[in-house]
Amino acid sequence: MKDTVEIRWHGRGGQGAKTAALLLADVAFSTGKYVQGFPEYGPERMGAPITAYNRIGSDRIRIHSNIYEPDYVVVVDETLLESVDVTAGLNPDGAIVINSAKKPEEVKEHLRGYTGKVYTIDARRISVAALGKYFPNSPMLAAIVAISGVIDRATFLKEMENSYKHKFAKKPDVIEGNMQALKMVLQEL
Amino acid sequence: MAIRERLSGNEAVSYAIKQINPDVMPAFPITPSTEIPQYVSTYISNGEMDTEFIPVESEHSSMSATIGASAAGARALTATSSCGLALMWEELYVAASNRLPVVLALVNRALSGPININCDHSDSMGARDSGWIQIYAENNQEAYDNFVQAYRISEHKDVLLPVMICQDGFITSHGVENIELLEDEEVKNFVGEFNPEHYLLNTKEAMAVGPYAVSNYYMESKKAQTEAMKNAKQVILDVAEDFAKMSGRSYGFFEEYRLDDAEYAIVIIGSAAGTTKDAIDEMRNEGKKVGLLKIRVFRPFPETEIAEALKHLKGVAILDRTDSFNAHGGPLGSEVTQALFNAKCTMEVRNYIYGLGGRDFKVSDVKKVFEDMEGLVTEGKEVEQYQYIGLRG
Amino acid sequence: MATDISKITEQSPWQDLTVGNQIYGSGTAKLFHTGEWRIAKPIFDSEKCTQCLLCTPVCPDSSIPVVNGERGDFDFDHCKGCGICAAVCPFDAITMKEGQ
Repeated sequence: MKDTVEIRWHGRGGQGAKTAALLLADVAFSTGKYVQGFPEYGPERMGAPITAYNRIGSDRIRIHSNIYEPDYVVVVDETLLESVDVTAGLNPDGAIVINSAKKPEEVKEHLRGYTGKVYTIDARRISVAALGKYFPNSPMLAAIVAISGVIDRATFLKEMENSYKHKFAKKPDVIEGNMQALKMVLQEL
Repeated sequence: MAIRERLSGNEAVSYAIKQINPDVMPAFPITPSTEIPQYVSTYISNGEMDTEFIPVESEHSSMSATIGASAAGARALTATSSCGLALMWEELYVAASNRLPVVLALVNRALSGPININCDHSDSMGARDSGWIQIYAENNQEAYDNFVQAYRISEHKDVLLPVMICQDGFITSHGVENIELLEDEEVKNFVGEFNPEHYLLNTKEAMAVGPYAVSNYYMESKKAQTEAMKNAKQVILDVAEDFAKMSGRSYGFFEEYRLDDAEYAIVIIGSAAGTTKDAIDEMRNEGKKVGLLKIRVFRPFPETEIAEALKHLKGVAILDRTDSFNAHGGPLGSEVTQALFNAKCTMEVRNYIYGLGGRDFKVSDVKKVFEDMEGLVTEGKEVEQYQYIGLRG
Repeated sequence: MATDISKITEQSPWQDLTVGNQIYGSGTAKLFHTGEWRIAKPIFDSEKCTQCLLCTPVCPDSSIPVVNGERGDFDFDHCKGCGICAAVCPFDAITMKEGQ
């Protein structure tokens, strides 16, 4: 029954974690999957810790509760590691990916004994190199796709290009920059 | 040909509104329903529909304008949540008693206080006796399908009552899920044109709407209103049958899930039913005979049908997403228990309050309820008649 | 459900009311003769009347007909005998008399 992959996103209001979760749902949907993408809503403001979720599977998803035992966790802002128990319930056969310039073994001390795989990706370096600005959500989206394998990489790139073309129809350089960021992450992971 | 999409519940309802293209939509924003007037007004700006959108200064006005438009002869609707519905209080009764077939897209949210923006059913359950038909959804698909069926029910000559199409705030309204949409033409043909027999803008017939009724008329007019609510039962089933022919998706007053051979069942409304189904599958794998009755139509209340569906059970747990603060239960608990009593059913019945103000309702909560019920029946374990679940302390 | 409102009375059963108590027709207040309620009657003295028309707008039952800018005698089908017209008339052209 558990062919559904569950992903939990931790970010700060304004960083695009919710948007990234919805984008992941979009892309997975376009590959024929059943999806859920939903944030946990409250009176959030810029900078407040927020959580968003994805369920992706090959059968219709009925459950409507939050995710307590995720297969994967994405941390969009590494400063959250101090204050939020990001590995709570995380499947030891799954993985966590953290936006950080540090090596995985350097962040491990904050992961409260999590025994599964730990990845880091320097979304700032990649985003600045590709886009000239710091938008962590595209690199982190590529990172979770690479690590979880919920979508085939080539399909992911094709669908993201379509999505960016639709969203940034009048800004071709933004499309190119975002695509560049995605490709850089896929190469690193 | 069904259109495969992924939409949030608010997007799904807005899409249904676009396809129906009603005449008038007055609206005032309130979380979490705000997106509905936003999407609709965007569709209008883009020339995809030509509904007259009226921005107003409050929900008292949005419902008043909806009533006025409907009385004038327009197909009208609005959307709201929580305190917005509360501010429409008087108008809800005016719409129902004047027998105006308006539709309200309600996105359920806790009604203050403490102030809270998340889901529970205290807003619509507070309005349960206002004379509106109430139809609830488990997911975005049902919210869409229910909305497409709404006008056929409300405008039926045997009914002529307003309809509230409810979905769970944030959980379905802002959650993106797969959905199958109908073609524009299919929806248009299904819903049809609104041709009221009497309307204020008819130049061939003068009329007055909403007259004062002295005591000698008042009670008779209320009896007529309650008969219309009874008539709505057959109309809801007929419309659902036509809808199933078009869409392949069947609806009734409620959905039974693994209920036939069940010994214990949960009765619940809304998005939590999906979570309950997953829990039931897990428990069935462990040999537990558990099932679900998910209420779709709360008004009119399908009393005899519910009792018939539940009569074979050993234990029934009725779960309310609001408290009646009557010190003995929630509204669904009261009404289902009454249905069972009237049908002379004597199984164990317990009432739980869950999910207030967006408190997450989990698979483990469902299991706890079933374990309670089984312990009560098989071991005589004490289970409070009415209790909160998912609570600290 | 009825549509002919002239057939609806306070004795009509619920099945015979219109949907939502809607009233099909206009000016239906004319059908209701409030003149029966009168216990004092205004008497119009056309000799004293200067046609100032102060009385017309204050009549709560529109029972002072004005034709070609001049008021005539009362519409006693609807005049309830409230006496407001007599009170506002500056020329004592209206006096109230007890009885129908």
